[in-house]
Formats: sequence, C-alpha cells, structure tokens
Amino acid sequence: MTEPLLRLRGLTKAYPGVVANQDVSFDIGHGEVHALLGENGAGKSTLVKTIYGLVKPDSGTMALDGAPFHPAEPRAARAAGVAMVFQHFSLFDAMNVAENIALGMENPPPQAAIAAQVRHVSDQYGLPLDPDRIVGELSAGERQRVEIIRCLLQDPKLLIMDEPTSVLTPQEVEILFETLRKLSSEGTAILYISHKLEEIRALCDTATVLRLGKVVGTCDPRATSARDMAELMVGSALHVPAKEDKPVGETVLALAHLSAKAPHRFGTPLRDITLEVRKGEVLGIGGVAGNGQDELVAALSGEMKTARSMIHYKGAPVGHLAPNARRKIGILAAPEERMGHAAAPDMSLTENAILTAMTRERLTTKGFLHWGKARKFAESVIAAFDVRTPGPQNAARSLSGGNLQKFVIGREIMQAPEVLVVNQPTWGVDASAAAAIRQALLDLAAKGAAVIVISQDLDELMEISDRFAALNEGRLSAPRPAAGLTVEEIGLMLGGAHDMEVAHVDA
Amino acid sequence: MIMLEKRPQPSRGWTFATPVVAVVLTMVFGGLLFAALGQDPLVTIRTIFLDPLFSEFAWFYRPQLLIKGAPLVLIAIGLSFGFRAGIWNIGAEGQYTVGAICGAAVGLAFYPMESFFIFPLMIVAGALGGLLWAMIPGVLRVKFGTNEILVSLMLVYVAEQLLASMALGALRNPEGMGFPGSRNLAQYPSASSWINQSAGMHWGVVMALIAVIFAYIALSRHIFGFNVRLSGQSPRAARFAGVNPAKLILICMGISGALAGLAGLFEVAGPAGQVSIDFNVGYGFTAIIVAFLGRLHPVGILLAGGLMALTYIGGEIAQSNLGLPIAAIQILQGMLLFFLLAVDVLTNYRMVFARRERT
Repeated sequence: MTEPLLRLRGLTKAYPGVVANQDVSFDIGHGEVHALLGENGAGKSTLVKTIYGLVKPDSGTMALDGAPFHPAEPRAARAAGVAMVFQHFSLFDAMNVAENIALGMENPPPQAAIAAQVRHVSDQYGLPLDPDRIVGELSAGERQRVEIIRCLLQDPKLLIMDEPTSVLTPQEVEILFETLRKLSSEGTAILYISHKLEEIRALCDTATVLRLGKVVGTCDPRATSARDMAELMVGSALHVPAKEDKPVGETVLALAHLSAKAPHRFGTPLRDITLEVRKGEVLGIGGVAGNGQDELVAALSGEMKTARSMIHYKGAPVGHLAPNARRKIGILAAPEERMGHAAAPDMSLTENAILTAMTRERLTTKGFLHWGKARKFAESVIAAFDVRTPGPQNAARSLSGGNLQKFVIGREIMQAPEVLVVNQPTWGVDASAAAAIRQALLDLAAKGAAVIVISQDLDELMEISDRFAALNEGRLSAPRPAAGLTVEEIGLMLGGAHDMEVAHVDA
Repeated sequence: MIMLEKRPQPSRGWTFATPVVAVVLTMVFGGLLFAALGQDPLVTIRTIFLDPLFSEFAWFYRPQLLIKGAPLVLIAIGLSFGFRAGIWNIGAEGQYTVGAICGAAVGLAFYPMESFFIFPLMIVAGALGGLLWAMIPGVLRVKFGTNEILVSLMLVYVAEQLLASMALGALRNPEGMGFPGSRNLAQYPSASSWINQSAGMHWGVVMALIAVIFAYIALSRHIFGFNVRLSGQSPRAARFAGVNPAKLILICMGISGALAGLAGLFEVAGPAGQVSIDFNVGYGFTAIIVAFLGRLHPVGILLAGGLMALTYIGGEIAQSNLGLPIAAIQILQGMLLFFLLAVDVLTNYRMVFARRERT
C-alpha cells in the first residue's frame, strides 16, 4: 500500500496537569481494521476526538488520503469521510429511527427517502432495523445499529468505534463483527477502540497500544497473545488471579421466587428469581446492563425490601430487614455506581468508611461516632488495598475511579462478610487494579464467604466464578458450573441475539 | 477568559473566608447604594455596623442585639438540619407564629394564677405548636410527594390569618377595651420569659445557646448528624447506608418546627409581650439568610445571627438619624445573602485564566 488513508504524525495534546497525547504517530490503511488499545486514561478518547474534530491538538499533523486534514469541528470531519459511533448513544427516545437519523444530517431528504435508505443499508449489512420503530422501544444492540447505520449513510472512508461491544451479547458481537468485516472488505477503514483483547484478536489487522498518552507498541493482534498485549498496555507483568480448588460448604443465602416491582419508571422488575449460594463459592451473574442488576443488588442489600420469605440467610427469612440489620448478620454489598451510591463524593474517606462499616466495626456507641476508630479503619482499608491517596481525610471525589473502587470493595471485604454482593466490581478500573480486586474477591471466598459477582464482563466472570447464571429482563437462568461453559452457551443464557442474523456476505 | 475549574476537594480556607468576603462586598456595594441616595457612604456603614456596638448609646443597643439575635439563631439552627439534608422548610415564619399562639394560649389560660409550672408548660406548648405546623408539609411530602417548599410557605399565610383571628377573637384581652391583642404576658410573672429585661436576657437567649451546643454535638459527633449530612450530599448513598428518607424528613421538619415554635413562644412572652395582629416581623424568613450566612454550621449561625441583628439595629439607627428608607436596609440584607452565595462558588471551584478553546 503506497499512501495510507489516515496518517498521524507527532500529535500532542496537553490538558492542565496531564499530557493526554504525546507525540502519537501511526497510519491507518484503506480497509484496515485498526485497534487502539490502552487502559482508562491512556489517551484513547482524546486521540479519536482529535481525529473527529472535537479536540484541537497542540502540535502534530494529520493527513487524510495524502491531503492535510485538520477538522475544526465534527461536521468538517464527517464531510471528509470520517464517522464515529460513540460509546454513549445520542438518540431521542421519543422519535422513530428515521427521524433520529434525519436529525444528524445537514440537509435531510424526505422521511420516505431516508426510510428507504435505512432499509437498503440494513439489508446490505445484515443489520435488521425497521425505520418506523420508536427508539425508546429498541434494545441497546438495536440502538447501536441506528448509530452505525447513521454513519454508513454518510459513506465513510474511516469509521471510528468506541467500545462498541460493551452493551452486546456474544451473538450480537459476532453479528457486529461480520458487518465490520464486510465494511472493511469494501475498503472502509475501521478504528476500533477496546480493552477486550480477545475481540481485538478476532477482528483487527493491526493494534496500536497507548500508555500514558504515548504509543508504546504496535503489533499484529492475530500473532500476539492476549497476555502479551495486556502487559504492553499495563507496562508490567500482569498478575492473573489464582483460583484454587476448595471444598464448597453449605448454603448460606437462598432466594426463593424473588419478585419485585420496578422501583422507578426506567427500572426492571425482578421476576421469580430462585438461587442458592454456598459458603466458599463465587457465583457469577452475567447480563447486559439494565436487565435487573441494580434491582437485584438493592433487594439483597436491603435498600429494596421484599417479602420476608423471598430471601433466606442461614435458614432465617431476611427479606424484610433494613440494610444495617443485614450488615449486622453478615450480608454486605457494593453497588455499581461508586460516586453517590457506594460512596458520597464530597465526604472524606473516613466518613465514607462510616457509611457502611458503622455497624460491623462498631464505630458508634449509642449513636456517638468514634472518629479515631473510623479513621483507623479507613487507613487499614487504604493500606490493605493499595488505595492511592494522601490519607483518609481526602474527599472521595479526589480519588480516581479505580482507587475509589478499591476503597469501596476493600471497605466491605475488611468487614469480613459472610455474604458479599458486588455489582460491576471492575467497571472503569485499570487492568492491574481490576486484577487486584478479583484476587481479593477470590481470597474472600477461599476464607469461606459466599460471593456474588454481578458483571457485564464475561471474561471476568469466567475467570473467577465457580458457577454462572445470566440475568435477562429480570429473570435469572439456572446457575451452571462455570468450568466448561462455551461462549455460545453463555450467549444463549444471556438471551441470545435478539433475533438478529449474520450479515449476508454475498449481498 | 475566566473559567471555573472544580477543585478536587472543597477548599477549607475559602469555607471560612467566604462569609468575610461577602460581608466586605456588601459594605462596598451598600456604600455605593447609599452614596447614590445622597448619603456619605462611610458614615452610613459606620452607623449600621459599628454604632450599635461602640457609639455613646451602645448601652441601649447592646441588649437589643440579644433580643433580635436570639430568635434568629434559634430558628436558623433548626432550619440548618433540614437544609443540610436537602429538606427545604421555608415556612419557619408560620411555625414561629403558631408556636407563639399555642404557648401564649396556655399561659393565658392560667391567668391570673401564679405557679412555677406555667412557664414550662408554655414552652412545651410552643414547641408542640411549631412542630405540628411543620408536620403538615412534612407528612404531605412523605405521603403524597408534595413539595415542602410550597406547602410550608403557603402555611405562613394561613398562620398569619390564624394570628389575626386569635388577636381579635379567642385570645383578645377581655380588659382591653375592645382593642385587638391579648393580655401582656411579659407583665404576668409566671408566664414571662424575661430573666433580666434591661440586659436583654430572656429564656430564648439561653435556649438559643443550648441549641447551638446541641446542634454542634449532633452534627459533628452523632450518627444522626452524619445521616443528615449524607442525605443532603448523596441521597442514594444515604439509603445504602440505611437511612430511612421518610423518617429523616419528618425528624428534620420536626426539629425546625419545634425550634421556630420555641422562638415564637419566647418572643410573645417577653419582647413582644402579647399576641397581636402584627406580632410576626419576619424572623422566620431572615433566619434562612442567617442559616446560610453561617454555612449551616452552629457556630457560624451564632455569629451570623449576631451580624444580622446588628444590621437590624444599625438599620433602625440609620433610619432615625440619617433618614434612610427601610427598603435600603432590606436591600443591604439581601445583598449579604446574594454575595455569600456568589462567593460561595469559590469553595468548590477555583478561577483559572485560560485562553479560549473550542472543546
């Protein structure tokens, strides 16, 4: 290939206190599927925003098809043939698919023409989508298809995709990959951002790895092991959690026909969940976000009360108990949202320690707080879980996401729970911190606690779970031993592919 | 271009500096206002802020500081619990009025009997009256999700009508020759809240100091204060920590109502003396300013209550000596809150001077 499609040379962008990109150079060829790899905060987002015209680089040049390319705004980038599918969708729930697509256009043709185009493109690329449907009724995978089709209608030369698979089931991922491969075979280059290494190995031709804003390596993902890429990303040998075989004890927590109404309009009702968790085991619960994860955690933590007999702990009904009563007997939880739910952002770490540890760590006497004891407990969590902070007097919001997550998980583990429920324990956490958190959960189980891990990251669940169950629209599948489960089986447990089909490669 | 950048954590320095900066800015812009009214700004500012304390007539004004400050501090302490928890009781004025009516009614019922238990009974009745009046918006919020700001505010006007009806009807002085208003409780020894009238000392002053101490301990040392702060900052985290939001709303509304009712009772049984049509003079509303000026902190509220009382008294001196209109004084008090809220931004944000950039 003589001239690459997009050539980046020496791109540098600094924000106050942090260099987001430093001297970043690489090429993307025509029809190439190029992966951009890196941990959170490695500078991936800044780089693609630069290409898409959202961020102006401090120095460095870009060239598209040999011509200088310096988009001042996304409109200019789109006109030049660069399209982007964001991780968070920008769609209006109350409008239909065709109307949403028209909204993103400079001079939209009549609705009927758009609808016809949508049908044509969706048929061509195996992305079934009815242009007349209201977006609010679509699944996450279908919404992503709207965004992709919106981009394809512009006939782009380069399609940027930011973490596209985080909301998809394995079957949906496979269909997306077929679509992307077909696009690439027609000459459209794809810049694919992800930290899921197996996906990149399955899809991409080249991978550029960013660390702390700099390019630290380029590799052929098909010829490089996931472990090597991860180490390139992190910059050090990656610690893989060790799972040891251990005997599993008696049942500690049992859910019997747990049903609950959705707590608010956009919530998911829980439907007839039956489940047993035993001492010393890790139960993984997978599922795409919004299928009842928050509600299940709330029902277990006591934030949402249920009928007494729906939850049994060591044989006694506890469904009616409030959060602190459950903590007292040994059921602890860490919800997904760190800021504002698991922790109060403006309060110090000491105060955040009191938040859940007040009962079990006896941080109060007749309601009076023991500040010294609370600070010591916070310090012990900080030390044991390697939380990077000057000290427990700092506000929770001054911590990075990964550090706060270590604190939140550590706070629960240090209280020696008998049942621990965690939701998305490593969401938005860098690879080394994630490994530390997983190891801590395994260690807790090894000491005889029952651990329920709810996550969207199937790799994570496969790594640490003894048994696996899937949550889909508030229903829980029957748990199965995690060892030996194939990706296809997991996908079917997660609710399959929502009636999608693979791209017609012959079209 | 000036931009605001969020601080990683609230600045401790600015937390203490903002009230001082706000007071200074109020003096500067108040001075400009008075200059525009044709007054010497320095003399006016001195009259309002310094004369009540240091002039030759200060012996007369200093007791006034206690009399004006006590109800402001007492009410503001109660409000601060709710405000910290995100519960906006704007109707302290109404709870103050109803507390005064209930407390006065108990005292008047015993007239002319003299006994030690009358005043304590009046205190209980005053607190209960304010508490029950505050429970109306509280219960409506918990049961039906109504907005406590609107309901509590509207109940102020209901309370005013109730006050007028009491002053003209049930509680009217039978020996008052048909004039509206009740008997004078300050002249009824068993019902008077005065301790030393010439020093400005009455039981409301004592109660305000006790409330400051209790609030300080509750907020800094007790799990109740912790839950209040947590609920205001992160309602979801509070629920996760085991706080029952409905219970907290009722308790906070109850505390603020009871303290406002107490303030009303001490006022009607002392400085005001009687239930009259124009008994309520806006302490309940001014206390909202006092609560925020004091950073919702008990000690801060004590200082802010003193400052606010100062502007009241100084304002009166300026009215009589310099002929300033009362509206000018009210603008000054409004400015204080305005500047405080404006400068407050600096606690959580810092100013950076940056070149303009498209993002």
